[in-house]
Amino acid sequence: MTFFFQNVVNALQWGSFYALIALGYSMVYGILMLFNFAHGDIFMVGAYIGCGVATVIITLSSSGVIVLPHWLILVLTILISMFLTSFVGMLVERIGYRPLRDAPRASAAITGLMIGIILETGNLLLLGAQRIKFPSLVHSTTYNIGGVFVTNKKIMIVVVSIGLMLALDQFVRRTKYGMAMRAMAFDYVVVPLMGVPINTIASMTFAIGSALAAAAGILFGIAYPVLDPYMGIIVGWKAFVAAILGGRGSILGATLAGFLMGFIEIFVAMVFPSTLRDLIAYSIILLILVFRPHGFFGEPYSARLRL
Amino acid sequence: MFLSIENLRVSYGNIRALHGINFNIEEGERVCIIGANGAGKSTTLRAISRMVPVEPGTKMTYKGKDLLKYPPDKVVSELGISHVPEGRRIFGNLTVMENLLLSAFARKDKKQVEQDIERVLEIFPRLDERKTQKAGTLSGGEQQMLAIGRAFISGKRIMLLDEPSMGLAPLLMLNVFETLKELNREGTTILLVEQNARLALQFAHRGYVLENGNLVLEGSSKELLENKDVKRAYLG
Repeated sequence: MTFFFQNVVNALQWGSFYALIALGYSMVYGILMLFNFAHGDIFMVGAYIGCGVATVIITLSSSGVIVLPHWLILVLTILISMFLTSFVGMLVERIGYRPLRDAPRASAAITGLMIGIILETGNLLLLGAQRIKFPSLVHSTTYNIGGVFVTNKKIMIVVVSIGLMLALDQFVRRTKYGMAMRAMAFDYVVVPLMGVPINTIASMTFAIGSALAAAAGILFGIAYPVLDPYMGIIVGWKAFVAAILGGRGSILGATLAGFLMGFIEIFVAMVFPSTLRDLIAYSIILLILVFRPHGFFGEPYSARLRL
Repeated sequence: MFLSIENLRVSYGNIRALHGINFNIEEGERVCIIGANGAGKSTTLRAISRMVPVEPGTKMTYKGKDLLKYPPDKVVSELGISHVPEGRRIFGNLTVMENLLLSAFARKDKKQVEQDIERVLEIFPRLDERKTQKAGTLSGGEQQMLAIGRAFISGKRIMLLDEPSMGLAPLLMLNVFETLKELNREGTTILLVEQNARLALQFAHRGYVLENGNLVLEGSSKELLENKDVKRAYLG
């Protein structure tokens, strides 16, 4: 039984990564009807930016320039990196997607793939092929809760992720920008007729998605402190699967599907040899999709694509 | 000159939808464009709203300002030219109130926005009763009211209306047109395109007849209602 709960904790951690990244895919898909295949690589860029920001703050703090407590270093690293990575997302939208707004969807999709490759190889060019160690932001403590070992890192990762998801939910529900995003998801062609600048909203969508990916990148770096330029590919694909499984543009859907995937993966590995993990896990997900082709909360796209 | 359209040409691919049409609208007028399905009526409104690209040589000005210099959202928020699209196109996943609030997105005059929303809910008490409902649950008539209310809030100098009578019961239709007259008396200039020519001409001060992308006839509503070609082709 303790073994079971041990795996629940691990599943929640992996689910947090998938869910945070899935939200960015899902928002862009929901609002702009395009797949941003560069998103997994934005997760990677976010992790590297987080690494840089953390290194700078830790150096400043340890050299006595401004002495900061550990928790504040962590919070600052996450917030500053989210902020910086949001600009990467806006740049990707501006250069890669805006000029292709009316192009065939397939062109926009390969744009994402190309930008992804550019980000990976650009990173390689900039920092070289060696892997980079993510600085230690959280001093690991392990709690023994009734035989289940839980590290403070895992608790922090899950709590921060869920906090960010709730914040996103409130933003989309309560602000006028969130309202504009929901309107665009329903029928984006008529949104400009309401006096809403859709480029601003598109930019903001990429910014928010990228900021969440950056948070995921840092949390990932805290759990698995080795970064490499291709770290976003597999995680990104899986998060993309979660986004589609959740249903087009559904925040709740992407979140639940992200966690579900964490659970399926971990529990499959608990029962079967770990080499079979993805084979079995993704066969299960394929099966779910066969029975729910629109995902958990997806609806068929209702709006017409022209005015 | 209030709204002036000169040599408006629009093509969709190889097919020219508008062959260089000219018309003017003065402040405070109610003008209609009538014509058959596919004559280019909706395209005309979309061109003014900058939702479709126009061909070189087209000149469109509002109070001397070049419309072609404004992106679609600025035509609404800066020039005050709103557009009620064909088929209403309300946001069904938003509540009625959110639909109205969204149309005030670019407005900074918070007090006036509140008053305008109040006014819309006063004109359309049905919307007031349903303001917390999802707009997708409204009936066709209510959705049309919401679409007009939304346009009133987003820009009320000129309102472009695309087939507002479509899908409405006759009584409701008259009701909607009465409301539009009221808004017009309060200062909104109205350009209406309609297939229902009789209804449109009874509403408007004057009208144009659009055929295959050309304006073939213009005159006061009275003249057009009595014109034998119009009678034969559109009033049957």
